[in-house]
Amino acid sequence: MSGKDAVVRDRRNPLKIARGLGSSHSGTHHWWVQRVTAAALVGLGIWFVILVLSLLGADFETARARVAQPWNALLMIAFLVAMFWHAALGLQVVIEDYVHTRWKEVVVLVAVYFLAFLGAFAAVLAVLRIALTP
Amino acid sequence: MASTSRPTSPNIQVYHWYANMVASILHRATGVALAVGTVVVVCGLVKLAGGQQGFDEFHSLVGSPIGMVLMLGWSWALFYHLCNGIRHLIQDGGAGYQIPQIVRSSWLAAIGSVVLTVVVWIYVLSAGGGA
Repeated sequence: MSGKDAVVRDRRNPLKIARGLGSSHSGTHHWWVQRVTAAALVGLGIWFVILVLSLLGADFETARARVAQPWNALLMIAFLVAMFWHAALGLQVVIEDYVHTRWKEVVVLVAVYFLAFLGAFAAVLAVLRIALTP
Repeated sequence: MASTSRPTSPNIQVYHWYANMVASILHRATGVALAVGTVVVVCGLVKLAGGQQGFDEFHSLVGSPIGMVLMLGWSWALFYHLCNGIRHLIQDGGAGYQIPQIVRSSWLAAIGSVVLTVVVWIYVLSAGGGA
């Protein structure tokens, strides 16, 4: 039986291979989300730069009205979510690479994710205030 | 780092600098810089939601000489991370792994980011000089 032989040689539980999660216990999920948010940010980032450039000489009321437009508010929230998600994932990799003391690593990782969520919520809340208050 | 008696990797000074090595370092550095720059995006939106006075303060801070230098740096960081990020996405698709292609695309991302930064800042300075 070649299947049984393979398992004996491999000495790994077949379930480990079937799950395909590897030593990270989360498989390629982090990698994939980093790429998907990156792809989203190619479009949303260019849109954000163009929006900011179009508001260069604008006064407060004009800028606020522009962000309040439904499509702009929607794309801005999408941009913010993708940006903070991508930033947190990227900083996580940098921290995991350079912080070698486990407790420091965990503290910094938790701090980064707290700040990313806080920043994202603050910015999205601001966009909702701009979009929903006349 | 865990203390071991095993030999460690040589210091970075002994390596020859290749374009793709610089691209990798710059991608990470600009990524960290942009993560810090998210503070400016959040501040701008919160002030825009808050009212005229706070927004004007934010506006004059960004438009100040130091603010403009920071915005110049962040705009280049954004364009570099964007150009090199597109390069990485193409590579993730399995393309462009020949060594001459890797060197060429590294240079292309760097040149592209500088061109985009220059074009944007010519527009910014011609359209009102930091307004």
